[in-house]
Formats: sequence, C-alpha cells, structure tokens
Amino acid sequence: MAEAIKVPTMAEYMAQGKSPEVLFWVGCAGSFDDRAKKITKAFVKLLAKAEVDFAVLGTEESCTGDPAKRAGNEFLFQMQAVTNIEVLNAYEVKKIVTACPHCFNTIANEYPGLGGNYEVLHHTQFLKSLIDEGRLTVEGGKFKGKRITFHDPCYLARANRIYEAPRDLLKKLEVELIEMKRCKTKGFCCGAGGAQMFKEPEPGTKDVNIERTEEALETKPEVIAAGCPFCNTMMTDGVKNKEQEDKVEVLDIAEIIASAEDL
Amino acid sequence: MQYLPNILFVIALAVGVGFFVLNIKKLIRNIKLGRDEDRNDNKPQRWKNMAKIALGQYKMVTRPVSGIVHVLVYLGFVIINIEVLEIIIDGIFGTHRIFSFLGGFYDFLIAVFELFALLVLVGVIIFWIRRNILHIKRFLNREMKGWPKLDANLILYFEVVLMVLFLTMNAADLTLQTKGAEHYASASGIVGSFPISQFITPLFENLSISTLILIERTTWWVHILGILVFLNYLYYSKHLHILLAFPNTYFARLKPQGQFDNLEAVTNEVKLMMDPDADPYAMPDEGAEDEVPAKFGASDATDLSWVQLLNSYTCTECGRCTSECPANQTGKKLSPRRIMMATRDRIEDIGKNIDANKGFFKEDGKQLLDDYISREELWACTTCNACVEACPVGINPLSIIMDMRQYLVMEQSAAPTDLNNAMTNIENNAAPWPFNQMDRANWINEN
Repeated sequence: MAEAIKVPTMAEYMAQGKSPEVLFWVGCAGSFDDRAKKITKAFVKLLAKAEVDFAVLGTEESCTGDPAKRAGNEFLFQMQAVTNIEVLNAYEVKKIVTACPHCFNTIANEYPGLGGNYEVLHHTQFLKSLIDEGRLTVEGGKFKGKRITFHDPCYLARANRIYEAPRDLLKKLEVELIEMKRCKTKGFCCGAGGAQMFKEPEPGTKDVNIERTEEALETKPEVIAAGCPFCNTMMTDGVKNKEQEDKVEVLDIAEIIASAEDL
Repeated sequence: MQYLPNILFVIALAVGVGFFVLNIKKLIRNIKLGRDEDRNDNKPQRWKNMAKIALGQYKMVTRPVSGIVHVLVYLGFVIINIEVLEIIIDGIFGTHRIFSFLGGFYDFLIAVFELFALLVLVGVIIFWIRRNILHIKRFLNREMKGWPKLDANLILYFEVVLMVLFLTMNAADLTLQTKGAEHYASASGIVGSFPISQFITPLFENLSISTLILIERTTWWVHILGILVFLNYLYYSKHLHILLAFPNTYFARLKPQGQFDNLEAVTNEVKLMMDPDADPYAMPDEGAEDEVPAKFGASDATDLSWVQLLNSYTCTECGRCTSECPANQTGKKLSPRRIMMATRDRIEDIGKNIDANKGFFKEDGKQLLDDYISREELWACTTCNACVEACPVGINPLSIIMDMRQYLVMEQSAAPTDLNNAMTNIENNAAPWPFNQMDRANWINEN
C-alpha cells in the first residue's frame, strides 16, 4: 500500500507469540477483484487510523465455501469450511471482521455447526463500534450533505437483521440518506447472491442489477452506498449500463469514510 | 316423525365431520411421507411466533390494503363461528336460539355477529374486485391460470353465499319473532339484536308465517350444510391455510434466514476424508446403521422434510413471495409460489397413487424435479430470502430450491457450466476465480 501501512499476517503474529485484537477476513473478492481490493485497502486505512491491532491470514485464507453451498455443492462447502476452521482454530482466533456479507454470514452462522465458533462482525458493525468507543472519529468532509442511498446486501440485512450499522455510519458523515422504495426487510437483491455472480442469468426481461440500479437512480443519488463487494460490482455495472457513471458513484461505506477523511 | 329434522341434521353433521376427519388423516399421512426434521426446540419462541404471526396476523398488515381487509375477514370468520356452535346445538335438539338465556349479552353477541357478517361481505367483495377487476400482477402469473384462479373465486363465492344466508336467516327469524310465531317468539320479547338484518325485514313483512318459516328453515339448513361442505372443500383447496397457518408458523425456522443447514451426512464424509487415521476400506461396525443417505438433496417430494410438505399444504397462493422475488420481477421463470404449488401437487399425486395401490407407492415414472419443477426455475434463485421474508405464514420456498440444487449438483453434477468452473476454481485454488492462492495477499503490496 502506498502509505506503507503494515498489514501483518497471523503467521507473523504467532511467530512473535502474540495474537491480534481482531482477524480481518479479506475474502476472495477483497483479495483478487480489482474493484473490491480498493474496499479492502480503504478498510485497512481505517483500521490503521484507529490503531486497531489486526492481522490477516494472507495466503492461508481460502474461500469460505459460500458460493459452493448456495450452488448446492454441500460437499465442497464443507471441505472449505473444515479447512478454514482448522486454520482459524490453530491460530486461536476469537474475533473476525470482514467486509463481505457472504463471508460474514457463512462464518457466523454455518461454521459453528462444524466446530468454528468466533465472534464475527461485518466491517460496518466494527467501524461503528470503533466510533462508539471513541477510537475512530469521522466527519462528513466532502460527503457532508450529499445525497446517498444505501443498498442493503441480502446476506447482511434480511439474512442477519443488520440494517442500522451501515446507516448509522452514513448519518455520522452527515450525508442526506435517502431510502429506496424497497429497503431493509424488503430490500431488493442486486442479483449476485446464490452463486449467481459466477453464472449467466436465466432468460428474462431484465437483469436483476438493472432493476435495482434503476430503483437506486430514482432517488437521484450522488453516491450509491454498498456494503458488499458483489453488490458493488452489480450496482457499478448497472450504473454504467444506464450511462450514469459520470454522475453517480458506487462506493463501499468503508471507502466513503476513508475518503471523507482524505485517508 | 317430529324428530326427523333432528335425525337428518345429526346424520349430515356426522357425514360432514367424518369426511373432514378422513381427509385430515390423509393430509397428515401425506405430510409424514417427508423425511424427519426436528422442530421441537425453543417451544416458548414457537408459541410466541404462532400467536403473533398466525393468530395476530402480524405479517399480513405489512401490506396495508390486503392486510387490513384480510384481518376483517379473518376476525369475522373466527367470531361468526361461535354462532355455528349454537346452530349445531339447535339443530341437534330442535331448540330455537339456545343461548338466548344469556339475555343482554346474547343480544350483544348476535349484533356483533351481524356486524362482522357485513364486514366479511364487504371484505370479500373487495377481494373479488382485486382478483378479477384490478389488474394486480401477483394474481396474474402463469401459475394462477385455471384451477388456482377458480379455487380463489369459489372461496369468495362460498363466503358471500354463507354471509347472505346468515343475514337472511336472521331477518326471517326476527320477522317471525315480531309476528309472535310459535317456536320462534319468546316470552321475554325479541331475543337477539339484529342491527344489519333488520334492514332486510321490510321485504318479509307481508309474507305469511308459513312462508317465513320456509325461508327461515331453508336458509338455516343451506347455511349449515354450506359450512359443512366448505369444511370439506378445504382439503382440495388453497384455503387449507385457515387451519395450517397455525402449525406452520409454530414449526417455522427460528434460525437466521442466512443460515442454511449443514448436511450431516456430508459432515461425516468430510470428517472421514480429513482424518489421517481413517481407513477408507474399513468395514462399518457390526450393526452400525449406514449413515449415508440414499440420496443427497431432493429430486422428489418425499426427499423433502415434513416441514417443507406442511409448507406446501399451507400455501394459500397469495403470491407475496413471487411479487418480491428478484428473479420473478425481472421476468425469469422462477416463482416461489409455484415452487410451493408444484410441491403440493406432487405430494398429492403421490398420496393418490398410494391410495390407489392399497397403501403402497407404485412407480409412476415422475418426480418433483423436471416433471413439476424445471431446472431453469431452480437456477434462477439468488437465495436472497425475499420470499421467506414476504410469506405471512412462515413458508420457506428457498429451502426447497436449495435441496433440489443439492440433488442436481451432488447427485447429477448438473450445475450450469459457469458454476462448475467456479466450483473447480474453489477446489483447486481456494477462490471462485482462477487466481493462484499464493497471490492472495498481493493486494498488501500493491498501490
């Protein structure tokens, strides 16, 4: 990273006989996808700013198995899960934070039954707790008063009933938060869930992400805020499809906070 | 011969209730064709959910128009059924308004029944207009053509007829009481209070006592026989939800919606694979049960759990799920409501097959997959849980889709090619894309 923020691995911590406060689970998108890597880096900047003692698994991390499970491949899912749990338990990980709601849901809900019990937080929840504890302060900066709509990721919102953490963060930035018609419990999927991200959609009249992007654009936003790397991709594609990319940005909440702070 | 009506009534009641019990037994038998699933944990929460969602109609009102009208019809149904108790007792013993000894309270009750009868009538007419005149999209999907549409309307017609009969019966009764007819008139004056049917009485004033008795008896009989017929119609109709909403909400999932169950049979195999000391050729322990199920996932209705089958019988085809399904709303073939309807159709066909073959299922060359639910529908799901959230009675169409995907992938290796590529990538390099796992931390040193 440009500012040379140190991103230690669990292996390095272990070598020093220490353990970090929290493990940052980066996820496949956050590790490999060019767009999602920006979210990863923004979040790391915020962690560094708040002086959080964190580590990543680095090359020891592997897919949680979420897409395999939702595609119906329970076998592959459990192979992935058991492998990851072995690594996590070997490092005696207690607390995990991730910027991916799919990783979040899988580790929090589906790993305990296979022997992996951790406190798991979505990055918006973790950032909110940092602010509440006074470890991180945010100001609106360049986002103050901007029209922003938040797209609920299914696996964060409906699936785990987390609606407020991302919204609270946006409110802290003093943005003008505008809700879409379908939000929170009625949030409309971006079209990527259930392993759809990795396949072509079935024949229909419209792509799901276009339908959702149109709804987001109806709020006349300057920014569409997302909390999931896959939603981010889908909404970005939708905005491009509607040729609105010059007017509307799709940004992760972590990116918004980091760039408000000019990090 | 004076007891003939009483005897006929008891026979009608016995036949009506008897048939209903037979059908309920069949229903329970069919539901038990599903595989076992434990839903007896956290009973206090389950009772609470049933009270809130089924009894309290909590999720109905998330859509205010249909929700509030539904609450009216529901309340009317429950409350007017108290009157059916009196009708049954009167029918058996040949009495006239047996509960009238309650005096002022009885007047109050009858008045409430009448008010609700009117509200139900209005509600049902609104429902009919919504279904047949207003072009509400969720009533027009492809799965709603034919029987489902007729079924929905028949239920409404039934209710209109029953309410009109009830009010006409009361009007004739009131006229007879006013005219002091024998058997009807009471020494204590008019029994019951008739705030609605009093407006029908002007039509009856000039009729003779015998004509009025004929009207009163006819409406009384048709009303109670109608109720018995309606009771037996339930099993063949989507209207079963008036009963099954209660067990269905009780047995609904309590876990977070995002949590999909881990298949135990797979866990056992995975553990065996990961155990360096395991002997893959070892003979199973003497007497140990073969824990690997015959099949991963579901290809037929009997592979589903009894809860999923109960779900299918509970579905009243309101379509709230489908109207919030992102796949359906963007023109895909998938409709969560159709998943439930197809599942019920299949388990019903299996039940009929068993009945026709003296208690044993005779292979019919069909299964839920392909013959009732297509692969295209299954693969269109984004697993977003909108359908589960939308259902006012706790049905989970997503769980059926997932079980069937498991069958497709684990038994048939029949996933779409793109998904197979993603899964191969996960298997080989621990990410759904073809990147090397050793490059996973490269982002740390990138600008």
